[in-house]
Amino acid sequence: MWKRDEAVRPAPGQPMAAPLGSTPMTAGAPGSRAETSHNVEKDIVNIGKSVVIKGELNGSEDLTIEGHVEGTIQLRDHVLTIGPNGKIKAQVFAKAVIVLGEVTGNVTASDKVDIRDNGSVDGDIVSPRVAIAEGAHFRGSVDMQRKAAAQPPKAEVKPVAAQPVASQPPVPAPTPPAGPRIGA
Amino acid sequence: MGLLDRITPRRSDAETSVDLPVSVGDPVFATKALRKFLTCLTSRESPVLLDLGPVVGSNVGFFGEQLGCKIFVEDLFSDLDRHNRKGALETLPEFLNTRFPQADGAFDGILCWDLIDYLDRGAAQALAGQLTRVLRPEGALLGFFGSAPPRDTRYTKYIIVDEVNLKHRSYAAARGRQAILLNRDIIKLFAGLRVSDSFLLQNNLREILFRKPA
Repeated sequence: MWKRDEAVRPAPGQPMAAPLGSTPMTAGAPGSRAETSHNVEKDIVNIGKSVVIKGELNGSEDLTIEGHVEGTIQLRDHVLTIGPNGKIKAQVFAKAVIVLGEVTGNVTASDKVDIRDNGSVDGDIVSPRVAIAEGAHFRGSVDMQRKAAAQPPKAEVKPVAAQPVASQPPVPAPTPPAGPRIGA
Repeated sequence: MGLLDRITPRRSDAETSVDLPVSVGDPVFATKALRKFLTCLTSRESPVLLDLGPVVGSNVGFFGEQLGCKIFVEDLFSDLDRHNRKGALETLPEFLNTRFPQADGAFDGILCWDLIDYLDRGAAQALAGQLTRVLRPEGALLGFFGSAPPRDTRYTKYIIVDEVNLKHRSYAAARGRQAILLNRDIIKLFAGLRVSDSFLLQNNLREILFRKPA
């Protein structure tokens, strides 16, 4: 679903360029340049920290989110990484989910959910494997039954409505239902 | 399937759920009630567990992956800290009365740890009432109660090593333990439950396993 930007393709043998951060996008434009960097070899897409997305986000590549996403995220067979700056208020379905930022919403992974140090999840986790690091915050339920590996509901790919940060205020930070953010 | 069968890891790949590095320096204490609690818990298929302590990754792995539990983590220690910081401890009983949206009898087991020790009488009563409500008939509740004069202002995180050993890791608290409860006070507090087993450990911790009458 993401357009490849040949301009940021690294030369052979060179490491991938650092994420470019914010890229203003046209609201509702299909195939918007939501990606701000692209690893050609590993197909990892990065959503920069000033990017705000509201709506359904589907993909068939690994994705790293440093910005704000509100709605639904589906990466059926791929890894979703919520970076340290990422703030997600969404239902998440992926093969694996790595949380270094903040997630408010239910997370379903067919393989693994990994909440790293300082990562935060307020919601219910369904995954056969769950790792919660010391220092992580979690509030909700964990279901690691085998049935948890069920595939996410198939949804039609819809364009995301992305707004340039300059023209619209960012999504407010997810507020936990109760209790402050705490260290485990 | 027996208890020992259940706590045998279901996966051979050891890299799975237990990411919490159990610190070498954490003191380990033998627990007598945990095994009985686990026996109660695993007498049902897919038991549902309520953990009132802070999330501990290895405990989640132990209950979720090895025992097949669905775990609800509701860190009431953080709620207590928040109320204490806001100077709103008098509202805690009311808060606790609405804290659990779950239906009656929703949980097969509850890990209360030593939370009651940190609560005032009113809050403890409100919590005990709610826990009794959400525990299913024949369900089990495990509580720890201090028996030494309260002097520490730290909470304790209980990390399950195995079914007979717990690691204790203390961390900063906004409030210390309140008055030590006598056994009869504890029994009165959980009037809707019956004491199944009670142990006084060498570290002066009382472990009490409650069961809800059928």
